[in-house]
Amino acid sequence: MAIGLHDSTIQNPVIRWVDQRLPVFTMMQKEYGSFPTPRNFNYFWNFGALAMVTLMIMIATGIFLAMNYTPHTAHAFDSVERIMRDVNYGWLIRYVHMNGASMFFIVVLVHIWRGMYYGSYKAPRELLWIFGVVIFLLMMATAFMGYVLPWGQMSFWGATVITNLFSAFPLVGEHIVTWLWGGFSVDNPTLNRFFSLHYLLPFVIAGVVFLHVAALHITGSNNPLGIDPKGPQDTLPFHPYYTAKDSVGLIVYFIVFAALVFFAPNYLGHPDNYIPANPLVTPAHIVPEWYFLPFYAILRAVPDKLGGVLLMFGSIAVLFVLPWLDTSPVRSMRFRPIAKWALYLWLVAFFVLMWAGGKPAEEPYVTISRIATAYYFAYFLVVLPLLGRLERPLSLPESIAMPVLRGGGPVMAGAAAKPMEKA
Amino acid sequence: MRDLKRGFRNLLGALALGAATLGGGLALTTPARAAGEAIAIPDAGFSFAGFFGTFDRGAAQRGLQVYKEVCAACHGMYQLSYRNLLEIGLSEEQVRAIAATFEVRDGPNDMGEMFDRPARLSDRFRRPFANELAARAANNGAYPPDLSVMAKARPNGANYLHALLVGYVEPPPGFTVAEGMYYNAYFPGHQIAMPAILNPDQVEYADGTAATVDQMARDVTTFLAWAAEPETEQRRAMGIRIILFLIVLGGLTYAVKRKVWADVKH
Repeated sequence: MAIGLHDSTIQNPVIRWVDQRLPVFTMMQKEYGSFPTPRNFNYFWNFGALAMVTLMIMIATGIFLAMNYTPHTAHAFDSVERIMRDVNYGWLIRYVHMNGASMFFIVVLVHIWRGMYYGSYKAPRELLWIFGVVIFLLMMATAFMGYVLPWGQMSFWGATVITNLFSAFPLVGEHIVTWLWGGFSVDNPTLNRFFSLHYLLPFVIAGVVFLHVAALHITGSNNPLGIDPKGPQDTLPFHPYYTAKDSVGLIVYFIVFAALVFFAPNYLGHPDNYIPANPLVTPAHIVPEWYFLPFYAILRAVPDKLGGVLLMFGSIAVLFVLPWLDTSPVRSMRFRPIAKWALYLWLVAFFVLMWAGGKPAEEPYVTISRIATAYYFAYFLVVLPLLGRLERPLSLPESIAMPVLRGGGPVMAGAAAKPMEKA
Repeated sequence: MRDLKRGFRNLLGALALGAATLGGGLALTTPARAAGEAIAIPDAGFSFAGFFGTFDRGAAQRGLQVYKEVCAACHGMYQLSYRNLLEIGLSEEQVRAIAATFEVRDGPNDMGEMFDRPARLSDRFRRPFANELAARAANNGAYPPDLSVMAKARPNGANYLHALLVGYVEPPPGFTVAEGMYYNAYFPGHQIAMPAILNPDQVEYADGTAATVDQMARDVTTFLAWAAEPETEQRRAMGIRIILFLIVLGGLTYAVKRKVWADVKH
């Protein structure tokens, strides 16, 4: 890059002055204004923007909560109730934050599903996908520690169960757990460090989100057809087309979010967490938050503790290598008649695990969990590698702008009047 | 028109997956919470139930009386201050008078000594026992829990509390109730350390309402539900305004999107 003032095209003299010295306005124009974006996005492509907005909401509400929260075992529960009662609109801030965590996971799970269905993880977007999995892992760690902060019964016992998982590792296990706790049980040092990390990690997430978006702007976006844009006829400038389309999705999302916050704020929570933490009384059923249930089910599907822990971590770890497990060059499942159904079945297995994770660890739930766990992994480790070789994909359309017929058959005259996009 | 339909179909598709995560997965997990001890709780039909309900002020005030004259002997409500009672329709004089009937510990004074004085609006509700051990010593080993957030600390909170208070019945034949415990149809495990504390005409309501056990249970449950979530009415009113606003904004946003995309052939 040449040394010297940036050659800015901006007219406003003040903005131009800044832009010559620090071309952030040129960058914004390039990355969010004229950025060439495939013209055929469907509404699944809203969810990246929704996740970004949710992260900002979580950080904003979290900062105000932290101003009024006391990370001490003797005061944490009362300080949260004080936020609910005596802090101006504290109930609103807390309920937005609390339900925002659930909304964040819903949005990110749909976003991940979008990537899996349309093959967004495949070359050249492997690193982009890996950053995404890192964000998901960081979100899980942040959410887990956030749930501990109100210091209710589920906070305490959830923290005890999850940190104890590390004791499964031979030799060093017990030492790791003591190190995590900062003592010999979940206690004040644990709460203190969880608060510190819960405040830190969202900013780490923001950093990885920046990398995620930066990598996206190198490769450009995938699209429902999974084929690369061939030229300007295949793309639209991000603004105003996708700013307008994302805005529609955002308002619909806010309506769902508001319905939860204002009319069922505790629906996704567990009533036991309004009982102050008591190390001497174990709840009848220790159930994690809903977004951990599929992974909790995988953990409990294995009779061996260490095996369960490894398999649970493996269920996320396998996502890191997904770009290399899927050997098919075709991205979009629209053109993969067998893989599409294999993926739908994977989605069923995911929901079955979510359901089984909320049930007690007894029959028939254990057997169901085992079957679903087996398929969860088989999809990645067996089905995808084999289908890449065995499956015959439908023929791909020539370009995004070229209208295609259902089934990817030959382009016929008059097809131009048909809608290009299939639901 | 086809455009509009397709747009919505896509949007609905994306939403459906989100909704499936929310609705499907979660609704399925809900019964798990009560699993193991599934006792059906009858719906008491409270005024504050449902998405748009409000607290019956008369019931909440009568419930306060039940709490004050019956429950408060053993159960604290430490998250509440006497000033909060202004929110259930009592005047400042009335609340000051109620607070003044409780002696709270204050201090140290100029001599360095703790002293008792009548409670003021700013005081927290008085705790009935000095500490947990004192509470257990006075209650046959059981610890009467704080009731501040009890209505949201149990599944189906309000209906459960009402059912519990009217649920003292004869144990079924063959059921042995342990020494110092009482049989309750709705308590998990059916053995509760709290005796059937509500008896007909236990309190004398100022408004002339007949103090049946069911009436008192309803009133005190209304009071506890308000105490657990005093922001409920404000929250729901705000939610209606915000959602209506978002629907209008969403319509406008969609119109803008249609206009922006009008020149794109697809």
